[in-house]
Amino acid sequence: MLHNHSIGELADRLAAGQISSVELTGHFLARIERLNPGLNALITLTTEQALESAAAADRRLAAGERGRLLGIPLIHKDIFCTDGVRTSCGSRILDNFIAPYDATVVTRLKAAGAVMLGKANMDEFAMGSSNETSFYGPVRNPWDTTRVPGGSSGGSAAAMGARLAPFCTGTDTGGSIRQPAALTGVTGIKPTYGRVSRYGMIAFASSLDQAGVLTRTAADAAAVLEIMAGFDPKDSTSVDVPVPDYPALLEQPLKGLRIGLLREFFDGLEARNAALIEEALRVYRSLGAKTMEVSLPHLPLSVPTYYVVAPAECSSNLSRFDGVRYGYRCAQPKDLTDLYKRSRGEGFGAEVKRRIMTGTYVLSAGYFDAYYLKAQKVRRLITEDFRAAFQKVDLLVGPTTPTPAFAIGAKIDDPVTMYLNDIYTIGANLAGLPGMSVPCGFIDGLPMGLQLIGPHFSEDRLLGAAHQFQRATRWHEKVPGGYE
Amino acid sequence: MSLTRQDVEKIAHLARLSITEEQMPVYVSSLSSIVDFVAELSRVETGSVQPMAHPLDGQRQRLRQDEVTETDHRDKYQANAPSVQAGLYVVPRVIE
Repeated sequence: MLHNHSIGELADRLAAGQISSVELTGHFLARIERLNPGLNALITLTTEQALESAAAADRRLAAGERGRLLGIPLIHKDIFCTDGVRTSCGSRILDNFIAPYDATVVTRLKAAGAVMLGKANMDEFAMGSSNETSFYGPVRNPWDTTRVPGGSSGGSAAAMGARLAPFCTGTDTGGSIRQPAALTGVTGIKPTYGRVSRYGMIAFASSLDQAGVLTRTAADAAAVLEIMAGFDPKDSTSVDVPVPDYPALLEQPLKGLRIGLLREFFDGLEARNAALIEEALRVYRSLGAKTMEVSLPHLPLSVPTYYVVAPAECSSNLSRFDGVRYGYRCAQPKDLTDLYKRSRGEGFGAEVKRRIMTGTYVLSAGYFDAYYLKAQKVRRLITEDFRAAFQKVDLLVGPTTPTPAFAIGAKIDDPVTMYLNDIYTIGANLAGLPGMSVPCGFIDGLPMGLQLIGPHFSEDRLLGAAHQFQRATRWHEKVPGGYE
Repeated sequence: MSLTRQDVEKIAHLARLSITEEQMPVYVSSLSSIVDFVAELSRVETGSVQPMAHPLDGQRQRLRQDEVTETDHRDKYQANAPSVQAGLYVVPRVIE
């Protein structure tokens, strides 16, 4: 079936004229219509616009133009501004917001001829690890619809798991691409901080946020990232480093590659999870890599560090939502302060308000040094640990998540327990490193992920290592029942 | 509880967030548990470590020529505003 083909195979079929982009787009739109009601993965469908873009791609193909993504459908996480299309960020406060311009990621994919099918559900303002904080209701995991898909890119991940698109964009502030990719059995990459432009990507925590992609395979991720990445003068954190031809570099030999096993990730790790990682390491050794244990002593402090830094930055970024220039406004405000307070109080959900207040507290007079400045110092210690580790190894590996997907409602009332879901992914964000998750097996019939972390701008190495793992294993080909 | 109701009321005011009566106890308890959780950082020896604000140490902010590169999109942008009059954003009266 078309939805189980790789992006490369689909591009070949489009190029050979065996199928048109309009037909391919129609195939995925029909799947979305049939399967999305049970998942709630998409919150906006852009059917008409998709068919128009597909027809335009077909004209470009007919004129002889070729491109890795020309005529390939995708779903955008609803955090990316899309000109003329509602961009809600999963929040009531932006429920009526029609973006007046495209994010750079959207512009680049559009120019490459990729076809947007719609916008994916997400945790409100990307704050969550279960996709339960969305104003539009929870997303369901296609492997078991009583369970969460992870978050915050939960709609993107569920859509990939259910094969509703060839690829979906995502963002990752503390694990929001890698954790849901792991819990839905798909591949996800969070590039180096600054690798992909954030212009038009609604801000959560500016020293951590990065855009990336969720796909079926590492080879597909390479094709998409090559288009998404690159310098953008409109983003002051965009880094002017040339983008390698990722698809051409997938076969770089793994012989002699030094892979470090993160000792801290194995303390208290569930035995079945540890066994999956051990098996993945065995695969890597059979491919010629050398594996060794490394220690990052400050890494266990990642979660408390993150839950000072990220809320602090969010409290500042989300101050722009004031009920004046765009978004939700409360009814009959009695004065300007009342307008601000009730528009924000009614417009934001419970978790977003909790994070804004946490951030306000750690930045407030008398607490700034003890919390915020302290967290920034510990952040440097964690980053230095990574730097030292990458003197000895080329890649670090470990589990992406502590457990498989949990039940909807199981952790939503206990924020600290929820925050600990991201215990293995946050470190890469604090240090600005690229990270990936690839399917590596199952626990109780639910998919699990292997996480790869590399030095800054080593996306080619991560993608190559993930691609060659996927040639030696079949986990990424498993599709949940009912979605074949 | 490491935070009192008064603390949370003050934080909510600083953040310009209205919190309903029934939500208040939930925030007092959950914010207290978060503050207790991150207090673990106070036990870490950080001596002369320099604080790290972002991962791009050494990257300088770029400057550009002060030239007009954007065209006027006022009408398009204001189409999203809750209340607009004669091209201006309308809010409740501030000065009597």
